[in-house]
Amino acid sequence: MFGLETLSGSAEAAATVGVVFVEALALYVGYGAITGAVGSAVVRAVGGE
Amino acid sequence: MELFGLSLVLLGVFVGFGLLVGILFGFFGMGGSFLVTPALLVMGYPSTVAVGSGLAFVFGTSVIGALRHRDHGQVDYKLAAIMIVAMTLGIEAGKNVVFVLDATGAADLVISAAYVGLLGVVGLFTLRDARTNDDSDGGDGAAGGDLADRVRSIHLPPMVTLRDGGRVSAVVVVAVGVAVGVLSGFLGVGGGFLLMPAMIYGLGVPAAIAVGTDILQITVSGAFGAFTYARAGSIALPVVGALLTGSALGARVGAGATQFVDDEEIKGYFAAMLLAGSLAVAAKELGAAYGIPAFTAASTALIFGSAFVVSAAILLVAVCELRADRRTRWCRVVLP
Repeated sequence: MFGLETLSGSAEAAATVGVVFVEALALYVGYGAITGAVGSAVVRAVGGE
Repeated sequence: MELFGLSLVLLGVFVGFGLLVGILFGFFGMGGSFLVTPALLVMGYPSTVAVGSGLAFVFGTSVIGALRHRDHGQVDYKLAAIMIVAMTLGIEAGKNVVFVLDATGAADLVISAAYVGLLGVVGLFTLRDARTNDDSDGGDGAAGGDLADRVRSIHLPPMVTLRDGGRVSAVVVVAVGVAVGVLSGFLGVGGGFLLMPAMIYGLGVPAAIAVGTDILQITVSGAFGAFTYARAGSIALPVVGALLTGSALGARVGAGATQFVDDEEIKGYFAAMLLAGSLAVAAKELGAAYGIPAFTAASTALIFGSAFVVSAAILLVAVCELRADRRTRWCRVVLP
């Protein structure tokens, strides 16, 4: 999975933790950008303005 | 069609469940990992994979939490360093217990029983808290202060000077860290629900410093926990990835809802959800032990259904408050 199985033991484990870390960073940045762009408009729309 | 070894439907289920868990975590500031490991157990994942994946999820959410708090997080680095070392030892011990139990074939039963107890106890405490707040506004800060004073009066060397100038025995800090670490490694939870009260009421750490220190500790120890389970091949990475994708968005929605919703209005629902989670894990074990498919189905419905109902209640109250609407039928259902 994700090519990690070619690594062995601790290297594969470190790569697994690394994948989770990178995904968390990407999600933080990505959702942050989306929230900044459309967040207040969504809140206004939900609020019926 | 499959993606990363999971069917698209299952992938969608995990993203959706992650979204619900994220809303709950973002809103209540706790409970992010309470439901992930039990849900994986209920879905039939081996206990080692359920716990390992739970810890990897905890790591991912705490990285995002650390990024969100980086601007205003105050950290007691000395306390964090001691706690991290102690928690790491505890996590390793907890993981070893899981694998010993797994070798004897008792891991599913013991971990499920532990979750039934944990979710039941935390659920009952939350329910009591919600009812107490309904009855009075009385604070319990004095009791916490007394406990912290008593803990700080323990002169068991070496003593550590905390960031606020108070001194506490390193032995006490290590004992708390090891205990939380064992629980974390054994159940796949972050342990924030224990660390925060232990630091604030037990060690007398100011709340603002406790929040920042808690996030740093859980991020580092979560990384270690995920690493140690990954080394044993016990992390379902696509499942963790899908859960994180949903929860990172849900956490923003849940945190946003705190601006409009008083968490005391929802706390009773949250307690009910934790108790439902406890029942779900018990039903799954009973269903498996006695071959009753209805129990297994009920456990799935309970754990996913309760998370859905509480998340929906949070969103509904937020919408009602935003629209200043307390008269619509749905708003009357969720608002007191």
